[in-house]
Amino acid sequence: MTKKIAVGMSGGVDSSVAAALLKNQGYDVFGIMLRLWSEPGQSTNGQNRCCSPESITRARQVAAMLDIPFYVLDAKNVFHESVVSFFIDKYSSGVTPNPCLECNKNIRWGHLLEKSLAMGASHLATGHYARVDKRGDKWFLLRGSDQNKDQSYALSMIGQKELKHTLFPIGKYTKNKIRDLAKQFDLPVAERQESQDLCFLADRNYRRFMHQYAPKSMKPGPITNSKGEKIGDHKGLPLYTIGQRKGIGISAKEPLYVLEKNMSTNTLIVDKHSKLGKNHLSVNKVNWISGDPIHKNFRAKVQLRYTARAISAWILPKNDKELNIKLDKPINDITPGQAAVFYQNDSCLGGGIIIT
Amino acid sequence: MNKRIYMDHAATTPVDPEVLEVMIPLFTTEYGNPSSIHHWGQRSEYILHSSRETISKSLNCETDEIIFTSSGTESDNLALRGIALEAYHRNKNNHMIISSIEHPAIMNTAHDLKTKYGFELTILPVNQYGLVEPHDLANAIKENTILVSIMYANNEIGVIQPISKLSEITKASNILFHTDAVQAAGQLILDVKSLGVDLMSISGHKFYGPKGIGALYIKRNIPFRSTQTGGSQENGLRAGTENVPLIAGMAKALEISMSRYKDDTIKMTQLRNLLIDTILQEIPDCYITGHKKQRLPNNASFVFDNIDGNELIMNLDIYDIAASSGSACKIGNPEPSIVLQAIGLSSNLSLGSLRLSIGRNTNQDQVNYVITMLPKIISKMRGTP
Ligand SMILES: Cc1ncc(COP(=O)(O)O)c(C=O)c1O
Repeated sequence: MTKKIAVGMSGGVDSSVAAALLKNQGYDVFGIMLRLWSEPGQSTNGQNRCCSPESITRARQVAAMLDIPFYVLDAKNVFHESVVSFFIDKYSSGVTPNPCLECNKNIRWGHLLEKSLAMGASHLATGHYARVDKRGDKWFLLRGSDQNKDQSYALSMIGQKELKHTLFPIGKYTKNKIRDLAKQFDLPVAERQESQDLCFLADRNYRRFMHQYAPKSMKPGPITNSKGEKIGDHKGLPLYTIGQRKGIGISAKEPLYVLEKNMSTNTLIVDKHSKLGKNHLSVNKVNWISGDPIHKNFRAKVQLRYTARAISAWILPKNDKELNIKLDKPINDITPGQAAVFYQNDSCLGGGIIIT
Repeated sequence: MNKRIYMDHAATTPVDPEVLEVMIPLFTTEYGNPSSIHHWGQRSEYILHSSRETISKSLNCETDEIIFTSSGTESDNLALRGIALEAYHRNKNNHMIISSIEHPAIMNTAHDLKTKYGFELTILPVNQYGLVEPHDLANAIKENTILVSIMYANNEIGVIQPISKLSEITKASNILFHTDAVQAAGQLILDVKSLGVDLMSISGHKFYGPKGIGALYIKRNIPFRSTQTGGSQENGLRAGTENVPLIAGMAKALEISMSRYKDDTIKMTQLRNLLIDTILQEIPDCYITGHKKQRLPNNASFVFDNIDGNELIMNLDIYDIAASSGSACKIGNPEPSIVLQAIGLSSNLSLGSLRLSIGRNTNQDQVNYVITMLPKIISKMRGTP
């Protein structure tokens, strides 16, 4: 029997080409899309940007052109529980969460993979720029071949169990090649918004969202400099991120930057640019792609944000789930809540969440 | 052979080849406007009138009591709004009664008349089988009641209402009775006299005719007003050039259905019972919805504990079985079915519904395939080996 493969389709060019490639390779392909929770609101009509009616229609058209079935699955409740609530909780506790990682872990490679397998699929394929490779009896997560498009950072929380059932059909191509392929396949080359980050907000304004959904976490408090001298008042710590310059609301001779948020004293610590920069960070909730935690210190490249460049560092494991990182060069915007993801060459070894 | 199995005839049916044959020349050669004076117009008018005759025969009514519309939905709208508009102009009686399991074409129209135009609305409960109790109707009637609209057969659970019994109650108080017979047409007797109704809606695509064509029976001389302005077609009650090819197709389809409905009923009832009996027996925590006997010959409907109806439909589709669910929604936004809640099911159970609706060409092999696959799919979805 031909293998059945579920393709997560968004209506965008990447996942459309992914579906077309698999179909061309002779697989029995079906398209699938999740309906996610979205904040009720005017501008988006209460629609999540990842699954707006227009994108559903576009994906459905593409599926029909490829002559594959297409289904939309309801995931509003699980998404709300594991992504939106997580987002609100984390912001409230003073860190800057990355909901896309959480969504990939719990929704796409959780709920969606589970449903796809239950529908008889052997694999879930998506239009991510990343690659999976089997070496020996291990599955490796590799960066996408197009360095500018690589999305492995956001996938660093999945493991062997998931990778085994995962395909990234476009990961070995460049974006330009994907556009060419779309033309060859006669597919519409609709571009999705480059980042669907915070897809569930009505207006992309997370500060407004937090005011509305977690008003209690918005406690005003003091702003101090790094010597502890009070120099102003802040409007609630969740509204600020590390490294932020604009919007602090204090006029000074030199521009001030957010250095730290002290949740226990509800204090925002700001200072001059020269005070920024750290090369030590500690990380928890570490996920090892291979499933085998490394215990010895090792060299790796570390990526601290979705779009950041990877920097050389020492990884200093403490135990299976926690480690310290010593960067070769200090960095200005190390942000608790974001992921630190480690690579050796193309291979993503895993990642964890930055605590400090 | 097409191995896909279509068990969704309540959603729509294929056009009968004979019906198609009747329609084709009306697009290409006999394409006149029935209002025109010349040869083409006369031919079209002849075809239009013959179609009206065919349909009026099936409904046991006069030709001028048949108004062609664009759909079952339009027929339902025209029935309620036409009566409401006239009542509004007479400026007195303004209360309407519908059942709690009406199709959205009635339900949403009645709500619209209530919220935007101030009509009073009573929504009758139904019992656990989906039946309207005559005494509930009798009790709901008020001084100012103008219209009762109760569907003949339900689209989700196939339950057949005792229309003639219900219409007797309204007749006694001089209240108009409309029935949405969209699901019934082609399967049940449509005699408006024995049913005792004043208005009745049908739709071509439910009985092997084309989509986008419907009819409304309006009894002569009842207080009724057109809701659409334009030409004087359809007795001045529905302006717009008549869609002659589709009208002729619908008439032919109804004629064919009526001529074979006895045989079809016997065959479909037997297959339907096989579906119902086997599924109830083979699948744990599964319940029939609607009435065991008083139901459309083609409808087998169920709810399953611990199953998402939307996902069930997708899983069936993967196995080449086309069915539907009251909660199924193509954009992944399932809402518990209003009908299933009205018969007293919890919203949880209402989300796990399945409707299998067979057709005149459904065969034993197809039914056998469905009754072997469905238990497997359900137990896989429930995660029980
Ligand atoms: C009971 C009932 N009423 C009305 C309609 C609407 O008919 P149409 O699809 O022709 O608008 C349907 C069909 O879905 C129906 O089942």
